[in-house]
Formats: sequence, structure tokens, C-alpha cells
Amino acid sequence: MGAAEKAAERVFEPARAEAAIAACQHLAGPLLPVLHALQAEFGWVPDAAVPLVADRLNLSRAEVHGVLSFYHDFRRRPPARRNLKICRAEACQAMGGERLAAHAQGRLQTEFNGTSADGQVDLDPVYCLGNCAAAPAIMLDGRLIGRVTPARLDALLGMPLAQAEPAR
Amino acid sequence: MTRRIFIPRDATARSLGADAVADLVTSEAARRGIAITVVRTGSRGAMWLEPLVEVEIEGQRHGFGPVTEADVAGLFEQDFLNLADHPLALGAMDALPWLARQTRVTFARCGVIDPLDLEAYKAHGGFAGLARALGLDSAAIISAVDEAGLRGRGGAGFPTGIKWRTVATTPADQKYIVCNADEGDSGTFSDRMLMEGDPFAVIEGMAIAGLAVGATRGFIYIRSEYPDAIATMTNALPLARAGGLLGPALLGSRATFDMEIRVGAGAYICGEETALLESLEGRRGEVRPKPPLPAVSGLFGKPTVINNLVTLATVPAILTGSGEAAYGALGTGRSRGTMPVQLGGNITRGGLVEVPFGTSLRTLIEDFGGGTASARPLKAVQLGGPLGAYLPPDALDVPLDYEGLSAIGAMLGHGGIVVFDDTADMGAQARFAMAFCALESCGKCTPCRIGSTRGVEVIDRIRAGENTEANLTLLEDLCATMTDGSLCALGGLTALPVTSALRHFPEDFRDTRGMP
Ligand SMILES: Cc1cc2nc3c(=O)[nH]c(=O)nc-3n(C[C@H](O)[C@H](O)[C@H](O)COP(=O)(O)O)c2cc1C
Ligand code: SF4
Ligand code: FES
Repeated sequence: MGAAEKAAERVFEPARAEAAIAACQHLAGPLLPVLHALQAEFGWVPDAAVPLVADRLNLSRAEVHGVLSFYHDFRRRPPARRNLKICRAEACQAMGGERLAAHAQGRLQTEFNGTSADGQVDLDPVYCLGNCAAAPAIMLDGRLIGRVTPARLDALLGMPLAQAEPAR
Repeated sequence: MTRRIFIPRDATARSLGADAVADLVTSEAARRGIAITVVRTGSRGAMWLEPLVEVEIEGQRHGFGPVTEADVAGLFEQDFLNLADHPLALGAMDALPWLARQTRVTFARCGVIDPLDLEAYKAHGGFAGLARALGLDSAAIISAVDEAGLRGRGGAGFPTGIKWRTVATTPADQKYIVCNADEGDSGTFSDRMLMEGDPFAVIEGMAIAGLAVGATRGFIYIRSEYPDAIATMTNALPLARAGGLLGPALLGSRATFDMEIRVGAGAYICGEETALLESLEGRRGEVRPKPPLPAVSGLFGKPTVINNLVTLATVPAILTGSGEAAYGALGTGRSRGTMPVQLGGNITRGGLVEVPFGTSLRTLIEDFGGGTASARPLKAVQLGGPLGAYLPPDALDVPLDYEGLSAIGAMLGHGGIVVFDDTADMGAQARFAMAFCALESCGKCTPCRIGSTRGVEVIDRIRAGENTEANLTLLEDLCATMTDGSLCALGGLTALPVTSALRHFPEDFRDTRGMP
């Protein structure tokens, strides 16, 4: 997908939001599935979607907002082109994960939960990816990678955007 | 004859290059005109050998690993399909000591079969547990679970049969089975491996639980950090329905059970059972006070069995083969059966090891794990996830069982063992425990929400040499307040890693400024 198409995909459009909501509205306890569907559609959950969700699910805006802000996964601003999650939990710490984390912050010139200085990469912390026997672990553009050294991370970031491989 | 080659599609194997290896094996064979079939399996748990490639010859599987892309051409060159010698050759998998010394019950099929091949599932003992349960009444199924001595594998070790009986005997128009696959504890991946390697066992276990308590609907709540597991479970459901493991007529009987998948959203607290139920209902993951127990008033206010995924996936295995008495004969004291232990962090042979309860930590870390990956001295072991104690090397002879561990102030949790070498800074680890609690607190209790943030500040002051003695006392007080004044184990157990680090590694809390 080209950069322009990607950017367009991220712009809030009520009709696309309606469709995403409608797809999960029938579920019992639909709010989390709806928010996931919106994030899948736009790459984030735009604030503009909140009144729509509240209306369709018969909730107050405050309730929707309360849930949206509780969970770390939901993005409140448009994502960068690439996403780097670095595991900061104990098994990865035991294998140099914090060195890797510091290296990534230096290279991307951002803190965690921020975007690289060039605007290309979002850097997120994650607390265990279930890859603790192949630590330290990262997830780059949705792809899990184990035993990552700073040099390997540089090489991975230098490669063109890897299409996240679909799970087989 | 077409040779079958087995290569895992487990997330750890893929994170180490298994897909590229599988693609190369396929293309190399085609280029050489050799007929092979590549079967993608779950992982056997030997993550130190991933990507592991197995060749089947006359029903025997022979391993090669760890195989990189660069090794593939050479393997063909040296005729690995006919087992010519090769430096990566491991011999017959059944004879590999690392596997042969385990007792695989819950994980018997994981890494062996294609996880979405229902025929293979059946051929390896699948369906038999549900078939037997369909011939028993509720009380008899629950007695079998009692007799096996099954206790929850999610952390608290509560007897599963007692929980099920409460739900079974609480009258209601609707009851639910909830499978807890939030697996938030760092250092653990057994739920993930089963979802990716043997999803039908999870489904079958949930269906049996449904029969036992009279529940016709189930939910599995999977953490969002596990995309492969979500995909495999999603693909397994329609196959299970077609095969009679789910649906309106289980195995052609008049019993009904069906389930759906829900995905978490990155909140550790949602592994706590009542927070998980709140999340399933579409709310913030805030812990509910107990009572009422979920078994009496759980999901949507209905009686609900909520069990860890490993607990549920073990049930079919208990009901089949040699049965519940044989399962209950394994283990020690009040810890019956087997425990899938996960070895992670700084360890040479990391992965999943299923052993009877009572196996010592030392056996697991030294014999199975091969010691630290860095070859430096082992300094500490964290047992049971982020709320688990840090143990020093001289505590490793403790037997792994619920009572043995609680006797030394530790807990088994979900079976994660994380190894640190002598470069670890235990003051920093204690600080992380507090910071993690602050980050993941659901916010209901002040000691947890505020105390953890204060804890980080106090540890920083101690490490900066400010009023060390007074601040150490303050930290102990803070830990006691959090332990006593928290509604759930997040606030209630965060003191465990902190105080154990303080007790065993006081030198790491000293002011180190100006030291060489
Ligand atoms: C903070 C916290 C986090 C928890 N996380 C999990 C988890 O990720 N997975 C799990 O199965 N149980 C977790 N538990 C335990 C559950 O509350 C509950 O005891 C368990 O799901 C019951 O199943 P079991 O009896 O089969 O172990 C957690 C508990 C607490 C207090
Ligand atoms: S101890 Fe912490 S996480 Fe648990 S209920 Fe209280 S505030 Fe929430
Ligand atoms: S602790 Fe990093 S993957 Fe589990």
C-alpha cells in the first residue's frame, strides 16, 4: 500500500466506523470487540468515533471513554508507518532487554510511547510476548522476533517495511 | 515414498526463522526432485532447538536443530532425509533425553501433530475424554476431576473439582465456561503453546467443563499479544464444530456446547478472574470484590466456571488413557499430576518442561535448563511471574509443589522460571516490580495505586544513598500496607519480589555512587 493510501485509511470516516461497529454490535458485551474493530479499520480509535459508539451501543460517552482509556492497546492518535514493540519484562531483562530498549530510544530519538524523530516508527513497550525462552523479544510491524541484539535491531529497522506476515 | 518433514509454526519457532526454513526445505526438495510433505506442527517446547526440523522414517521421527536458513542446502547435500550424519542431527526424538525425561500429559500432542488436523488429533487420543464424559453424569465427571487432584494452573492452585461443583449445584437458566488465556505473567508461555499446538484440547476441555456444570456457552479470553494463538484458535473453532467437539450435538449426542473467542487489550489485571469478566462484559478491567464468587454470580451475573487454559486442556487427558487415578498418582503431597514449567531468561536450554510435581528447581534449571546462557554464575531466579519471589542459588533444592514453595515464601504461579546471571541488579528488579504494579494497577485500592508509585520513589532514594535506614524502614512499611490493604494479588503480592530481593541481595540496594 502506498503512503498516501495508508494516510487516507487513517482518516476518520463515519461510514467506515458505522460498518465496523455494526459488525460486532450483536455480540454479548460488545464494547471491546467494537473498539478493536475500529482500531483495525483506522489504525487507531479516533475520538470522533466515541459518540457514535456510545449511541449505537446505548452507553454514555463517559463509559466509552472510560473503557477506551483503560486499556493500553487502544491508540488515541494516528499510528506511524511502522510499529516497534520491545518487551520490557523480566525474562527479556535477564538477557539484555533494557540495553536493547535504551538502544532503540537512542536510535529512534524518542521515549517509549512516542514516535521516532523522523515520524516513521512508533515505539511501544510490551510486557511479555510469550517468547521468554528466546529473549530478548520484539514485535516489529506485527512480526515476533527473538534473540534480538542492538545490531540486529538496527538491521531490521534499516530494511524496508516488512509486511507483517499473516499467521499461518 | 514421500517423506514427511515436520517443522513447527509455533510463535517462538517462527520468531527464530521457522517459516523461512520451511520455505527453503520445500523449495530445495522441489529443486532436487525429491517428494516431501512439510507438516507444520506446534512446538515440542525445546525452544533451544528451534527451528527444529524432524524427518519421519518408518514411523520414527528424527530431529535436526537448531536449523538456520544457511543450513538447509547442506542438510540436503548430506542426505539428511536418509539420516546421514550431520552436526545438527539429534537422533530419534523419542530418545532425546530432554524430552524423554519429561512426563508429557497435557502437552503430549503439542509439537507432534498439525494443530488443525482433526484426524491426527483423534489418532493421538483426542475426542476420548469428551466421549467418556458424555457417558457420565455431572457428579461423576466432577469426581473424576477430584480424584485426579487437579488444581488450577493459573496461579492460585484452587481445587478445580470444588469450583465446578459450586457451579453445577447453583441453579440458573444460563451458565458459562470462561477460559482464561490472558497469560499475563512474564516468563510464561504454556497457554500460548497449547493454543498454537493443540487447540482442540482446549476446546474439548471447555466442552467437558460445560457438561460437568450444565453450561452451554463458553468464552476464551486471549491476550492481544498473541496473534498466532488467536489465529489458530479462530481457525480451530469451525473445524471443531464440523467434527462434533462443539455445536448443538456433541459427538452426535443431545448435549450442546459452543464458544467464542474474545481478545484482550493489553491490561495485565485482566488476567485476574473478576477483572476478566468485567472486560468480557465490555467494561474497564476493574477487580470485583468477592463474594459473590464467579461460580455463583460470574459473567453477566450467571454462575461461571473460570479456569486457566492449562487447567481446562488437562481435563481431556485426565479422563482418557490410564484415567484420573493414574494422573492423581503422579506428583507429591497435595500437588497431584504434572506441571508444565517454562524456563526462560538467561538459560541455555529454555523452553517448556512438563514434569510431575515435586521435581526440584535445581533439576529443572541445571539438568533440563543447562544453567545460564551467558555461562556466568547464576544469581537469582524469579518464580511465578512478576509477582513472584526472587530466590538465591542456595534455594534451588526446593521441590516444585504448591506447599513446598509456600513454605519458603515463594509461589508457583503459572509455572514461569526466569533465570538471571550475576550481572543482574536486584535493586533495579525490585524497582521494576513496583513500577509494573503502578502501571497495571486497576486503581481501586489506594495502597496498590499510590503505594506502588511511592515504592518506586523510595527505592530510588535508597539507591541514591538518601537516609538509607529510614527509607528502608519506609519501604518495609509500604510493602506491609500493600500486602494487607489490597483487594487482589497485584497489590497484594508486589511486595514479594521486592522484599525477597531486599532479603537475599541487600548489597544491591546500597548506594553505589562513587564506587568503581
Ligand atoms: C493480578 C492477577 C493476574 C492474573 N493473571 C492470570 C492470568 O493471566 N491467567 C490465569 O489463568 N490466571 C490469572 N490469574 C488468576 C485468576 O484470577 C484465577 O485464579 C484463575 O484464572 C483461575 O483458574 P484456575 O483455577 O484454573 O487457575 C491472575 C490473578 C491475579 C490476581
Ligand atoms: S490490588 Fe491493585 S489491581 Fe488489585 S483490585 Fe486493588 S487496585 Fe486493583
Ligand atoms: S518476558 Fe519478554 S517475551 Fe516474555
